[in-house]
Amino acid sequence: MTTTAIDAGSRVDEDTAGEQLFNELIAQDSRIEPRDWMPADYRKALTRQISQHAHSEIIGMQPEANWITRAPSLKRKAVLMAKVQDEAGHGLYLYSAAETLGTPRDKMTEDLIAGKARYSSIFNYPVRTWADIGAIGWLVDGAAICNQVPLCRASYGPYGRAMVRVCKEESFHQRQGFEILLELANGTPEQRAMAQDAVNRWYAPSLMMFGPPDEDSPNSQKSMEWKIKRFSNDELRSRFVGMMVEQVKVLGLELPDAEIRYNDETGRWEHGPLDWNEFKEVLAGRGPCNAQRMERRREAHEDGAWVREAAAAYAEKQAAKYAQAA
Amino acid sequence: MTGGSTTGDDGAKAPSSGPQEPREAWPLWEVFVRSSRGLSHVHAGSLHAPDAQMAVRNARDLYTRRNEGVSLWVVPATSIVTSDPDAKDQFFESPQGKDYRHATYYTKSEGVKHL
Repeated sequence: MTTTAIDAGSRVDEDTAGEQLFNELIAQDSRIEPRDWMPADYRKALTRQISQHAHSEIIGMQPEANWITRAPSLKRKAVLMAKVQDEAGHGLYLYSAAETLGTPRDKMTEDLIAGKARYSSIFNYPVRTWADIGAIGWLVDGAAICNQVPLCRASYGPYGRAMVRVCKEESFHQRQGFEILLELANGTPEQRAMAQDAVNRWYAPSLMMFGPPDEDSPNSQKSMEWKIKRFSNDELRSRFVGMMVEQVKVLGLELPDAEIRYNDETGRWEHGPLDWNEFKEVLAGRGPCNAQRMERRREAHEDGAWVREAAAAYAEKQAAKYAQAA
Repeated sequence: MTGGSTTGDDGAKAPSSGPQEPREAWPLWEVFVRSSRGLSHVHAGSLHAPDAQMAVRNARDLYTRRNEGVSLWVVPATSIVTSDPDAKDQFFESPQGKDYRHATYYTKSEGVKHL
């Protein structure tokens, strides 16, 4: 009885000291490392954000992998394969980072497969033509980079370090997409129309990748106080629109938004209205490709079971042999 | 001293097995990459693999897709021994206030050449 009371007391002291140090580190713009004390909500928010991010990379392999066999040349196939490999790598860096917060890897995989975890809504849109691969690289990866560069300075050390690696690799993704579009835009009238059509379809979904407007984003405030996020959804979205508006001129294409303008007073780029109902629908699992993506992920996991079993059996056998020899 | 990984995961404790696939989680390995001759191996990240050989191969695929390395080390995360993070103040206290261990402490020689 007495022991319990003492234990509880010293734990309270530890928590108070831990919280004080945590707050100091955040205030100094220093980093929190895995074994530091951290508020339960900080751990929870980070676990959710990093694992969702990892799931997005893994699901994101699908729409592009579907185009490897149909890519128009050997060079394009090699490039696309490298890109899909990168997405797998990014998923793994991020799962590693999320794991340092205490959730085992297998649990995260299970949650995704059971449909309990979310991933970016963007991957639930269909990839109709080769030009879509260009638009995905330019707009979707472009939006991702815009979002991710500030995350390199996230207050949680392992997340920031993973993001540095991801961002370094991601810039090739955007450039290769831009190049695909540039080539199509300067091709035959049909190719040009195909490029414009892809840009038309991917523009709004890529803008929605930044998340709901600031007034509807309840988690953002806390996340910014903790210095996980550095800029608000709307701020990043506006920045992205400003970059695209210039880049599209080089492509000789148009953004499907007549309301884009620079607001001198706020210093921000503004865009036309976005269909947030569609965003909510897709996020809730009712987008055009949600079922297909989940089924494919489940299938891949189940079809790969024998590989995992064989690798484990081999490892066990080798260990036994080694033990016997020793 | 505390056992455990530098990334903070204390390693290969198997999670309670999932519904469809009762198996032990693969151990966690910490990966160190030597980027070129003459430099040390530097911690790059971690990965899961069933054995050491697979860990080295996976580390190559995961951490050296762009010529980032000429040599790799993988270490079972459970084998890493670390200082106790909760005692870091006392543990690293000794050099505090011992500025005289740095060249910058000695200012009287300023302006003297090659010193």
